[in-house]
Amino acid sequence: MSADYVEWLRREGRIVIVGASLAGLRAAETLRAEGFAGELTLIGDEPYEPYDRPPLSKSVLLGKASPRHTELPHRRETDAKWRLGVAATGLDLTAKRVRLADGDEVEYDRLLIATGVRARPWPKEDEARLDGVCLLRTRDDASDLCRRLKAGPRRVFVIGAGFAGSEIASACREMGLAVTVAERAGAPLVGALGGVIGAVAADLQTENGVDLRTHVTVTALEGDAVGRVRAVHLSDESVVEADVVVVSLGSQRNTDWLAGSGLGAGPRGVACDAGCRAFDFRGIVTDDVFVAGDVARSPHALFGYQFLSLEHWGNAVAQAETAAHNMICRGAERRPHLWMPAFWSSMFGVNIKSVGVPPMGEQLMITQGSLAERRFVGVYGHQGRVVAAVSFDNTRWLEFYARQIERGAPFPVEFPTMDRRPEGRQPVAADFPDPSLPTHGPTVTLSGYSPADQQLVFHPARH
Amino acid sequence: MTHTSLFRQITDFANRADPYPLYEELRKTPVLHEEEGGPYVFSSYYDIEALLHDPRVSSDSANLAAAGEDPLAQGEETGGLPPSFLRLDPPEHDRLRRIANSAFGPPHRPRRVDDLRGDMAATVKGLIDGFGQARQIDLVDQFAYPFPVTVICRLLGVPREDEPRFRSWVDPLVATLDPETRQNPDPEFAKQAQEARMQLGMYLAGLVEQRTKEPQDDLLSDLVDSRGPEGAMTMMEVLSTAVLLLIAGHETTVNLITNGMLTLLRHPDVLQRLRQDPGLSVRVVEELLRYEPPVQIVPQRTTITDIEVRGVTIPKGARVWLVLAAGNRDPERFKDPQRFDPDREDLQHLGFGSGIHSCFGAPLARLETQIALSELARRLENPRLAEDPPPYRQNAVLRGPRHLNIVFDGLRP
Ligand SMILES: Cc1cc2nc3c(=O)[nH]c(=O)nc-3n(C[C@H](O)[C@H](O)[C@H](O)COP(=O)(O)OP(=O)(O)OC[C@H]3O[C@@H](n4cnc5c(N)ncnc54)[C@H](O)[C@@H]3O)c2cc1C
Repeated sequence: MSADYVEWLRREGRIVIVGASLAGLRAAETLRAEGFAGELTLIGDEPYEPYDRPPLSKSVLLGKASPRHTELPHRRETDAKWRLGVAATGLDLTAKRVRLADGDEVEYDRLLIATGVRARPWPKEDEARLDGVCLLRTRDDASDLCRRLKAGPRRVFVIGAGFAGSEIASACREMGLAVTVAERAGAPLVGALGGVIGAVAADLQTENGVDLRTHVTVTALEGDAVGRVRAVHLSDESVVEADVVVVSLGSQRNTDWLAGSGLGAGPRGVACDAGCRAFDFRGIVTDDVFVAGDVARSPHALFGYQFLSLEHWGNAVAQAETAAHNMICRGAERRPHLWMPAFWSSMFGVNIKSVGVPPMGEQLMITQGSLAERRFVGVYGHQGRVVAAVSFDNTRWLEFYARQIERGAPFPVEFPTMDRRPEGRQPVAADFPDPSLPTHGPTVTLSGYSPADQQLVFHPARH
Repeated sequence: MTHTSLFRQITDFANRADPYPLYEELRKTPVLHEEEGGPYVFSSYYDIEALLHDPRVSSDSANLAAAGEDPLAQGEETGGLPPSFLRLDPPEHDRLRRIANSAFGPPHRPRRVDDLRGDMAATVKGLIDGFGQARQIDLVDQFAYPFPVTVICRLLGVPREDEPRFRSWVDPLVATLDPETRQNPDPEFAKQAQEARMQLGMYLAGLVEQRTKEPQDDLLSDLVDSRGPEGAMTMMEVLSTAVLLLIAGHETTVNLITNGMLTLLRHPDVLQRLRQDPGLSVRVVEELLRYEPPVQIVPQRTTITDIEVRGVTIPKGARVWLVLAAGNRDPERFKDPQRFDPDREDLQHLGFGSGIHSCFGAPLARLETQIALSELARRLENPRLAEDPPPYRQNAVLRGPRHLNIVFDGLRP
C-alpha cells in the first residue's frame, strides 16, 4: 500500500461502517481520535443510537434500568453520517459499494463490518410467532420481555441455560416469578465452562428456586385458541404450562448480507487476519475490508492461531479499536488484535468472569476457594499449558491468571496460592460436551483453521 | 551521590517533603533488594499492579510475622483484638470484608455513603465558619483532621454528644501509628494511649451491645446484624472492624485533603477552576490520588512461595514493598507523569491500591475530599501557602504535612 494512498485516505477518504452498535461506535471514535478527517458513514438496521446490551439481561429485566437508557456513552465526537434503521443488504467488493435495503448504495474506500450476531430464533416458525414467545438480543426485545415479566406471568419458561438464559432465569427469580429452564446438556453453562463448573451453576439455580430440567430438549410450543403460548412440551414427555417463553439458544452471525460477495463469510462469522483484515473466500486477505466484534473470527497467537469467535463485550471494543487503527495506517504501523478473551456475567448474586478460552481446556484445577462455597478460581489446562481461568465471586484474581495464560504457564498449576483447598491440588476433567454437538451460547467458539466456511457442516441446535 | 541505600533515603525524614526524585531513581531498578533480609522494593506501575493481584503474595499478619520484624510496618493498634481483614488472606479476609461491605455499599446499602453528603457539607461549612476572623489557619488541625473524625462517627453511629470523648481516645491512638512516637516512647504518652485504647474498646463494645438490642440505621448496627449466608461477625470481629474503619479511614483522608490543598495552592489555575466548577473536584481528587497519594507505600506483604518478577526470584517469606506513589508516576504507564493534570484522559492510579485489599473506604474518602476541596476553593479568598514546603509528619508510608498554614484575605459566604 503506497504511503500516498494512506495519506490521502486519512485526509479525504470515505470510510463506511456497517453495524452501528458497540464495535461500530468505538471504531468510529477511534478513527477520529487517530486523525481520520474524511467522510465517515455508519449504517445500522436498528433505529437507535448505539446502546449497551449486557444490561438488557440484567438490570433492565429487573426494572432497575430502562431499556431506553442504555445508550453507550460517547467518548468523543464522531462527526459521522448516521444511517439508522436501514440494513445493508449486499456488498460489491470490486466496485466498493454497500447496498442498502432502501435501494441506496454507499461507496467506500475502506469498509468495516461490525454486524454482530442475532439471537437464534425458535426453529418452528409458526410456534415462534405465538404471542409470549420472546428473544433477547435488542432493546426492543428487552422492552417487550420486561413488560411481560412486569405483568406477572404465572410461569416463565427459558429454553437454553447458557449465560443469557441463566441471567434471565436469575432476573425472574429476583422478581419472584416462577421459572423453568430447559437445557439439552447436563447442566447450565456447560458449553462455556464445562461440566464441573456447570454443576455449580446448576446448584445455584435450583437453590434459588429455578425449576431446572437438564438432558431434555423442547419439542414443541403449544398455543391457545387466540395464539398465545400456553405450554411447552419436552422430550421427556413432560408438559410445562407457561405464559412467557424465552428462546435463548445462542446466536447466529449476521453475515447473510455478505452472501455472494466473495468474502470468507459464513455462519461462523467473517474470517480475518490478526490485523482485522477480512479474508475473501479463497483465503486471501483483503486490504480494504475490516471486521470487528461478535461477527469476526480471527486467529489468536496464544491459542495456537486457532480462529476464535468471541461474543464478548470487551473484545468488541478492543477489536474495533485495532481495526480502526489499522484501517488508516501503513503496513508497518499496524497492530495485531491479540486481546485476552474475557467475559463476565452475573446471576443469582454471583459474579462470574472468565479469561482465556475455557472450552479449549481439557482439565480443570480449583486453585483458590472452593466449589462448595461457590467462591473460587478454576484454571483450565490444555496440553500442559494454562489456557483459561474462571472465577465465581473472585474476580480480582483473574488478572493474575490472565498473565499466566499469556506466559503459557505450565499446567497443572504447581505453586501454592492463598486459599487453596485440598480439592485444588489435583486436576480433574473439565468435562466439556462433545464439540460436534454445539451447545448454545458458549460465547467463545474455536472455529477451526479454515478461513472460508465452505466445507463447514453446521449443526443448528435441535431443541 | 551518597552511598546510603535508596531504601534508607526514602525512609529518611530529610526527604519527606519531596520523595519523588528518589522514586524516579528507584524505578531504574524495578526489583530492588539492597540489604540482606531487607524488603524487595517494587516501583513500576505494572509490577505493583501484578503483585497486588498475585495470589502468592500474602497480607496475613501471621505470614508477615514469620517474614521478620520490620521497624516501619504500620501495624494497626487493635489492642488485643483479632487482626482486621486488612491483615488477613482469603478465605477469612473475604468473609469479613464481605460482611463489612454489605453494611457499607451496594447492593445492600447503595446509598449509605451518598446519604452522608448533607452531613458532610454541613460539617465542612461549620469548620470553615469556625475559622472566624482569622486570616491564617492550620488546615490540618482546624479542618483536615476534625472533618473525617466527625464523618466516621456519624457513619458508625457514635452519638453526637459522645463525639468529643470519642475523639479524645482516637487522637492518641492515631498518634501511636507514627513510627517516631513509637521509637521514643514517652512513658506518660504510652500510658495514655493504652488507657485510650481500653476506653475506646469498652466504649465501642457498649455501643455494639446496645445495637444488638436496638438496631439503628448505622454501620455498627449492620455489622452486628449481618446474617448473610456466611453468618455474622463475632463481637470481637465487629470491634476490630470498627477500629480498622476508624483508624485506616480517617488517617488517610487527613492526608488526602491536606496534600490536595497543598497541590492546589501550588497550581492556582486549577484551584481557580475548581472554585468556579465544583464538579471538577471528581477529576481533581482522582488525579491527586495519582499525584500525591496518601498511602505512598504498601509495606505489609510477603511471598508464600518463590515467585519470579522480571527474571528475579523473590524467595518465599521475603518482605515485599510496593511503592504505590512511584508506580503512580511511572512514565511506562503515564504520559507526562510528573505533571498534575486533572484533565488527563487516562485518569488511573494505584492510590487506593488494587486487588482484594483495594481501599475499602474509597467511596467515602472520595466524597469527603471532593466536598472538602471544592468548598475550601469556593470560600477561601485568595488563599496561599504561608510556607512551602510545609512541615511533614514523620511517617514515610502514610505521608502528609503535619501542619499546613494557609493565609487568605477573607471568607466568602
Ligand atoms: C442480553 C445480552 C447480554 C450480554 N451480556 C454480556 C456480558 O455480560 N458480558 C459480555 O462480555 N458480553 C455480553 N454480551 C455480549 C455483548 O453485548 C456483545 O459482545 C457486543 O454487543 C458485541 O458488539 P458488536 O458491535 O460486535 O455486535 P452487536 O452489538 O450485535 O451489534 C451489531 C449491530 O449491527 C446491526 N446489523 C446486523 N446486520 C446488519 C446489516 N445487515 N445492516 C446494518 N446493520 C446490521 C445489528 O442490528 C446490531 O445493531 C451480551 C449480549 C446480550 C445480547
